[in-house]
Amino acid sequence: MSEQRFLGYRRPDGRVGVRNHLLVVPTVICASVVAERVAAAVPPRGAALPHLAGCGQLGPDLHITHETLAAYCGHPNVGAVLVIALGCEQVVAQYLAESARRAGKPAEIVAIQSEGGTVRATARATEIAKRLVAALERDEREPLDIASLILCVKCGGSDYTSGLAANPALGRVADRLVDFGGTAVLGEIAEIMGAEHLLAARATSPDTGAQLIQIISRVEGEARALGLDIRGTQPSPGNIRGGLTTIEEKSLGATHKGGERTPLSDVVPYSGRITRRGLTVMDTPGLDVESVTGMVGGGAQVVVFTTGLGTPTGNPIAPVIKITGNARTAVTMADNLDLDVSGILDDRETLDAAGDRLFAEVIDVCSGKLTATERLGHKEFAIHRRNPTI
Amino acid sequence: MKPAIVISARDNVATALDALDAGRVLQLDTATVTVVEPIPRGHKIALRAIRAGDEVIKYGSAIGTATMDIAPGAHVHTHNVASDRGRGDRAQDARVAAPRLAEPPEEGP
Repeated sequence: MSEQRFLGYRRPDGRVGVRNHLLVVPTVICASVVAERVAAAVPPRGAALPHLAGCGQLGPDLHITHETLAAYCGHPNVGAVLVIALGCEQVVAQYLAESARRAGKPAEIVAIQSEGGTVRATARATEIAKRLVAALERDEREPLDIASLILCVKCGGSDYTSGLAANPALGRVADRLVDFGGTAVLGEIAEIMGAEHLLAARATSPDTGAQLIQIISRVEGEARALGLDIRGTQPSPGNIRGGLTTIEEKSLGATHKGGERTPLSDVVPYSGRITRRGLTVMDTPGLDVESVTGMVGGGAQVVVFTTGLGTPTGNPIAPVIKITGNARTAVTMADNLDLDVSGILDDRETLDAAGDRLFAEVIDVCSGKLTATERLGHKEFAIHRRNPTI
Repeated sequence: MKPAIVISARDNVATALDALDAGRVLQLDTATVTVVEPIPRGHKIALRAIRAGDEVIKYGSAIGTATMDIAPGAHVHTHNVASDRGRGDRAQDARVAAPRLAEPPEEGP
């Protein structure tokens, strides 16, 4: 198949970006306000990663925080990194700066305690941020092969239209991107439950299929160990009002968005680097923001998020394209949406035509067109937590 | 616009694309069925008789098990279908009572 291109940023480590942000990353919750103020002083390139973690964490939980923040520092949508540290926290500022430098991008650190408080740290960091952004302004987009793109496929606020229209339309885009040599990533293990047989049948190796079944069993096992019924959260009350009866039904509709023929080439942990072309499944929870945070951390440069009921959330560094198959939501939530594919259900548009339109939108957004989430300033970010704070 | 959509030939339910009134006759790809009770838009309708304990099938795969007999044309939802996945409440060592989403009515449709 011939090459298809978009206009993006080539990074020194060979990865390609669709945005060119200055990432202002706090090591710990205590540095989050300073990071947000510094990023707000350099719009629109400044992107803060305010978060609630970075201290009082043990084992796997601290590991997830460290690796997620480091993954954002190395992410190709980021051109430069400014780490805001406090001074006494667990997360290591130098580790975050190093992961940016390893990817060939400038990184600096400002620590609030050694700088002498909020006012001095904010002033010093803002001065550095302005210098880093001035350098980013000189970078230019160039034509790049879409085979370098990793598309995060996501659904949220689902109703009956999600599985019938928006998810199959997105699946067409995933199939086509993978045909061109690209990659799609699907998360939310609880929402694969009941449809895993369809994905496992497309696994490129028996190990990959077995890994998928194993993490789904783990999630079911966690519910069993607590004596809890996943029906308490899945489907959600809004899903049920919209006509979805069981998690199996929701999952079968949801997995459509990963494509109909994409090979399942890998299963990775939360925020784990996505390296194999085809379809990767990431071990994320079903909560929208935690899930998108992890998949962008894994390297997805762009997100397509289908919604039946309408939902506003975005991401600090990756454009999130919102589409709906619900004609009523297309009107009532118009501000938050990029594309209306409701014509699929009342014969105004074929599934293939809607898929073509969405594919073109993905290319345009990757080349710089702003999404509704970007215009509205939706930059939600939440790191998945597995353990209590100590 | 079609009143309801059947996704796979194996399915024993269709999805209503508009609110359906009782008495309406639907001629669908795989079945003709008379609506026996109001079906909200987006909700499911039985295409044929489904016995308690049978699988309810949509997208060509099981989406749960019927908890009571369901007549052709009846509303299919949480009152007469239960998920079979992630059911910690069914485990022998369950210590916490699971919340119920919907109590089944005393009599079937």
